[in-house]
Amino acid sequence: MLKDDPLARVLYVDLSRRKFWVEERRDLFEAYLGGTGVAIRLLEEECPPGADPLGPGNPIILAVGPLAGLFPMASKTVAMFKSPHTGNLGESHCGGRSAIALRMAGYGAMVIRGTSPSPVYLVVEGDSVQFRDGAALWGVRSSYTVGSVLRDLTSGSGLRTIMRIGRAGERRVTYACVITETYRHFGRLGLGAVFGAKLLKAMVISGQRYLPVKERRAYRETYDTIFEAATESPLMRKYHELGTAMNVLPLNEIGALPTRNLREARFEGAEAISGERLAREYLGRRLACAHCPVACIHLAALRIPHPKEPYFYKTSMLGYDHEPIYALGSMLGGSDVQGMFLLLDETEILGLDAMSTGVVLAWATEAQEQGLISHEETGGLTLHWGDYPTYIEAVRRIVAQPNAFYRALARGVEHAASVYGGADFALAFGGNEMPGYHTGPGAHLTYLTGARHSHLDSAGYALDQKMAAEGLPPTPEGMAQALLTEERWRQVLASLGVCFFARGVYTPELVLRALAVAGFEWTTEELNSLGRETLQRKYAFKQREGFEPAALRIPRRILETPSPLDRVDEPFLRQAIARFMKGVAEE
Amino acid sequence: MPKRLSVIDVDRCVGCQSCMFACARRVGEGGLASSCIGVRSHGGMRRGFVVIVCRACADPPCARVCPTDALTPRSGGGVRLRHELCIGCGNCVEACPFGAVFWDRAQSKPQICVYCGYCVRYCPYDVLALEELVPEVADAER
Repeated sequence: MLKDDPLARVLYVDLSRRKFWVEERRDLFEAYLGGTGVAIRLLEEECPPGADPLGPGNPIILAVGPLAGLFPMASKTVAMFKSPHTGNLGESHCGGRSAIALRMAGYGAMVIRGTSPSPVYLVVEGDSVQFRDGAALWGVRSSYTVGSVLRDLTSGSGLRTIMRIGRAGERRVTYACVITETYRHFGRLGLGAVFGAKLLKAMVISGQRYLPVKERRAYRETYDTIFEAATESPLMRKYHELGTAMNVLPLNEIGALPTRNLREARFEGAEAISGERLAREYLGRRLACAHCPVACIHLAALRIPHPKEPYFYKTSMLGYDHEPIYALGSMLGGSDVQGMFLLLDETEILGLDAMSTGVVLAWATEAQEQGLISHEETGGLTLHWGDYPTYIEAVRRIVAQPNAFYRALARGVEHAASVYGGADFALAFGGNEMPGYHTGPGAHLTYLTGARHSHLDSAGYALDQKMAAEGLPPTPEGMAQALLTEERWRQVLASLGVCFFARGVYTPELVLRALAVAGFEWTTEELNSLGRETLQRKYAFKQREGFEPAALRIPRRILETPSPLDRVDEPFLRQAIARFMKGVAEE
Repeated sequence: MPKRLSVIDVDRCVGCQSCMFACARRVGEGGLASSCIGVRSHGGMRRGFVVIVCRACADPPCARVCPTDALTPRSGGGVRLRHELCIGCGNCVEACPFGAVFWDRAQSKPQICVYCGYCVRYCPYDVLALEELVPEVADAER
């Protein structure tokens, strides 16, 4: 690491005592680079065994990588915490301006301890840290309003990140998200509820540091190689053009688009919610994360009529991606695009993870159909596939929690099914709701074995599709090994702070070149060993907190609904899980 | 012919800030401290962006308020900065209605676009261009 690189500075904030200080942690950054690699070490240091995820003992760790602020597409901040949703390892990645702002403020990581005695928001402007009274912001109905108010209350326009929670986080819905720059999120595993439990409404971080480089010429040349690949390579084109919503039609085509709580994997309304259709009829603007020329963020311009007044419209701009389209569209059997967008808007207003929300609503719809939950429990609502006005009312109640049923829904499907039954069709893995791919055993193995139970951990959906395309027969050993290799490498990318969408550009060779510019003389072996060790540490944390791979619940529904790689088979999954876990421990 | 940086179509800006990083990289730095171009949202990302560049005024107010002639008008439009004459008073920052006089906090001196066009090469969506300053008949003389 270069001498005057501020990366090693860790900002510690104690909300209970309203104190902050900075520690130089070269030990961590020189050994683990940053991002995930450093965050898991800080989590080990900060989070005592058995900590209550919503108590003062649960820390929030934010970490960025050495390439942030130097190279394009290194725009991710890694958050680590103990998840109130799964009661285990919480890790969520976010772009927007979060990583650049934290790096430009002069920090490589931030550790937030304790619980504030009253609602607070933090303002970090370079070396200055302020605890500001957040009482008036607490309880504001819409997260959009909170963003607008904070924009006016703080400086650093263009150089700041505004991380905030909505009512869902305040009400500790265990899948509440943290929103940054309106359209990006620490979406999964309930960081929003951890903010809420700490009475931390928001954080505004900004700065404008300089970053040193090893050699100017090498810097410019390496930069240009990466920039050209980002803007011209076919690897990135799908993110440029239709965005991730391009997945909807191909997945539906092969029968891998979860529909109506995965009773089916083909959706008759797929065309209406496809990336192609949305681009044609709704795409109103594209946005980028700071220091990423790809601009994968697609905003729909939604023209909404006044309910009573004729010739009166408002236009809302809503971000869309494959996952929310799946969760709030096909999973809920809805092809009414306006309705789907209004439900998505409501999850943004409240600050809910759209993916978990969709899966929770899908489970509740089926549970009500089967008579597992009554009208009394839903407070008179009848949930129907595709009935968006009712779904919107239901998500408001999930946040308001007027009765035991909605309080249960506010803790996710795993919990709700443990109270009301219907576990066979409660689509959660390791406690986290299912992502939008039913491509075969690979996808489900990723959900089961991934350290975050996220499709992005090891991308089994891509492995399934590759095997289907090449006609290769899947084996438990082969799949476990492929997923392990992928998840290890992704620990390296996440330690660098590189967006996974850029994984095709950031090859090991290019990573080493970029790192050398940042003053890290590393080898491929060292990268690989970082990946292996980081994954081991994450699993060690999980196991310390009670994770038992053999006890993972496999929802029957995924075995019943055929996938493109045929029926998913439980013994196959169990064998592969065991093989994967064995592999994690291996040197 | 002198050149200037021009914002062709701000509504195409995606807010990637590649131009800002390019400006700092031009002097061999990472980060943003030396950047002389600014991209910020127009009151939230929902509303798009504002791109702040020095428009190379024919009669630049930043030069008029400079007490030491560190900032002087460039022939054809825009200004030149001579660091050695600058006392860091900050009048120029106040005088620019666009906010295009940036501030080097370490040196406590202004930093202003030199119209090199390096940032243009990194704008993926043709928001920026380097254009020649064509002399116009002054409005008052028409």
